[in-house]
Amino acid sequence: MRAKEVPAEAAASPGGDLDGFVEGPRTGPARAIDWLRRNLFSSVTNTVLTLLVLALLWWVIPPFFNWMIGDATIAGSSRADCTGDGACWVFIKQRLHTFFWGHYPDDQLWRLAVVAGLMIAFIAPVMRERTRHRGLFVFLLLTLFPLLAGVLLAGGVAGLPFVDSDDWGGLMLCVIIAFVTVAGAIPLGILLALGRRSQLPVIRIFSIGFIELWRGVPLLTVLFMSAVMVPLFLPYGVSVDRLIRAIVAFTLFNAAYMAETVRGGLQGVSEEQEEAAYSLGLKWWQVQVFVTLPQALRIVVPGIVNNIVDLFKDTSLVTIIGLVDLLGAVNLALKDPNWLGLAKEGYVFTAVIFFICCFGMSSYSRRLERRVNRHRTGGR
Amino acid sequence: MVRRPSPAAKVGQWVFLLVALVVGGLLINTLGANLARRSMTFGFGFLLHPANFDIPFHIIDWSLADTYAKVLLVGLLNTLLVSAMGIVSATLFGLLVGIMRLSVNWLVRNIALCFIEFVRNTPQLLQIVFWYFAVLQALPSPRQSLQIPGGFLLNVRGFFVPNLIMNAGGTLLPWLAFLALVATPFAWRLRLKRRRIGAFALALPVAALILLIASINHVEFPALKGFNILGGVPVPPELVALWAGLTIYATAFIAEIVRSSIEAVAKGQHEAARSLGLRRPHVLFLIVLPQALRIMVPQLTSQYLNLIKSSTLGAVVAYPDIFQIFAGTVMNHTGKEVETIIIVMAVFLTINLLFSAFMNWYNSRVALVRH
Repeated sequence: MRAKEVPAEAAASPGGDLDGFVEGPRTGPARAIDWLRRNLFSSVTNTVLTLLVLALLWWVIPPFFNWMIGDATIAGSSRADCTGDGACWVFIKQRLHTFFWGHYPDDQLWRLAVVAGLMIAFIAPVMRERTRHRGLFVFLLLTLFPLLAGVLLAGGVAGLPFVDSDDWGGLMLCVIIAFVTVAGAIPLGILLALGRRSQLPVIRIFSIGFIELWRGVPLLTVLFMSAVMVPLFLPYGVSVDRLIRAIVAFTLFNAAYMAETVRGGLQGVSEEQEEAAYSLGLKWWQVQVFVTLPQALRIVVPGIVNNIVDLFKDTSLVTIIGLVDLLGAVNLALKDPNWLGLAKEGYVFTAVIFFICCFGMSSYSRRLERRVNRHRTGGR
Repeated sequence: MVRRPSPAAKVGQWVFLLVALVVGGLLINTLGANLARRSMTFGFGFLLHPANFDIPFHIIDWSLADTYAKVLLVGLLNTLLVSAMGIVSATLFGLLVGIMRLSVNWLVRNIALCFIEFVRNTPQLLQIVFWYFAVLQALPSPRQSLQIPGGFLLNVRGFFVPNLIMNAGGTLLPWLAFLALVATPFAWRLRLKRRRIGAFALALPVAALILLIASINHVEFPALKGFNILGGVPVPPELVALWAGLTIYATAFIAEIVRSSIEAVAKGQHEAARSLGLRRPHVLFLIVLPQALRIMVPQLTSQYLNLIKSSTLGAVVAYPDIFQIFAGTVMNHTGKEVETIIIVMAVFLTINLLFSAFMNWYNSRVALVRH
């Protein structure tokens, strides 16, 4: 049995169906009191619960806000300026550039700005609700954009100075890893999902084995494999950049998860669709590309976005194999003898950045899900 | 009926297999050449050599002279320990937060929502390092330990739990109690003179518990002696941080599973129970939850597996689980990069397969039959 996903608002208003019993349209304070009575003080247990929660909030929130804002130090430029009991945001301010783009040369930062602008320009038509040829835009986003961005970031051509990938870092590195991984994992995942449903035994067994292998082991072992084991499998003298190896590991690992998401969508397309397509004389690949996949992918877009959120969070694992992503940059900064004992500030800052990115994507996925459901049930 | 594959495709798959085998062969060949260049060989014989390093946290006896195979066992047990602790606590908290999410109380409902959203949208690794470096490492020294009611102590060296000292011969009793607990569900289904034993099987764990309590000699509370804490069972801060990180992250996901499963129970069940005059808590615990629990088994399985795999993140705080010991310490000591990673991967694949097989078997027994 498949669990039913209920939109958040529908679930969050058990009191909502009582609305009909309220006599006449109430306004102002009367309405507020009604709301309070219904939602916070409807029974003795409820009142006790409300008071308990309020006490808990009173105990937690004011000290937290005092630490975050009230007693915090923002002005200044060194550890000595942090005299209050609150957070020392000076530390974050001083290190902001390494947290966001590592050691990317200051005079080349305009390249990052151009890439960020390009990214928005490429993503906008994909996310817009009414876009014609959305597939084409997705294709451009996953092929043309990474190429352009890669050339711009690395340089070494057309007069752009070369910037070594060791100087890439911080949040920028997380975004790069996540982006390239998505661009690789989606096509590979689709192939694996099709392979898993194939009637050719060799292909099917290979796909199942591949998917279950990666899903059965922790991401960290896969990353370690890329860091220490892969160099041993390369011919003598050939070396591949550490970042590229990590990205390949991410791609293989996430392709297995994408494959399972896509498979869910393939199962949601009725068999009659394929039969009808075959009876029109289409070949296997034509049926998949023009009939099955477009319908399947439409259903699983929210699932894919959820996978992307997961893999974006997972990019922080590259810290462990020595790449300096956002968390890695924070960890390094915390070891600076001039700024000891500021772990809370560093991690709260990291958490807020990740939360903004991931919450944005999850909310988008939820909105998409509602849209997909509306289309499937033929409007509400 | 979907069409049969064309003859070309049938031949194609064998070509694919051939290419895969050739590529695999080439890779292994290169590995051999690379290892030979470093005058090393491939093999698992090192497992029988003595390890000669200390493991900071172990739940079975460990001495420097023990072999790498014993290291594997120690690491595996550490992994299983933190996973089991995490699964139990995450399930309990997940159930609580999931029910809170459906509360009629606006405040309770939204607190649960905020918690879930915040936890689900930040990396698990970040949460673990936060607990370790920002919370546990900032705790006071043993001299100013935080006292927690019940005789627990918390300080920068870890969490100290009172120890139960058994009478002579009492060391076997916990195992006996464990066996009694495992045997109970089987005894429940047993028939004696054509009648089910049923609830009488509960006598088994109750008897074990009474025996256990009776054989406690005294309780040893942790206490400050000089600069250190003596007595009690010390839980290292690495384990506490990893446990907290795993529990809180999984709680958020399990809470959402609980919520959606409760909502998936047919509404008629709820309404029928209410119209019979049952109170809300009774409806929840007697009617809705038992059915929801069956719906959530498959989703819970994948969450539990995620938790077990995530326990490798303990490497960042140096919790000596199988990954940290094998892919870290042992790899550095022996230089066996390929072998150690293969072993760790094989162990996780095996855990995964065994656990899924068990949960699938369990699911097939409890799943709701759809009419």
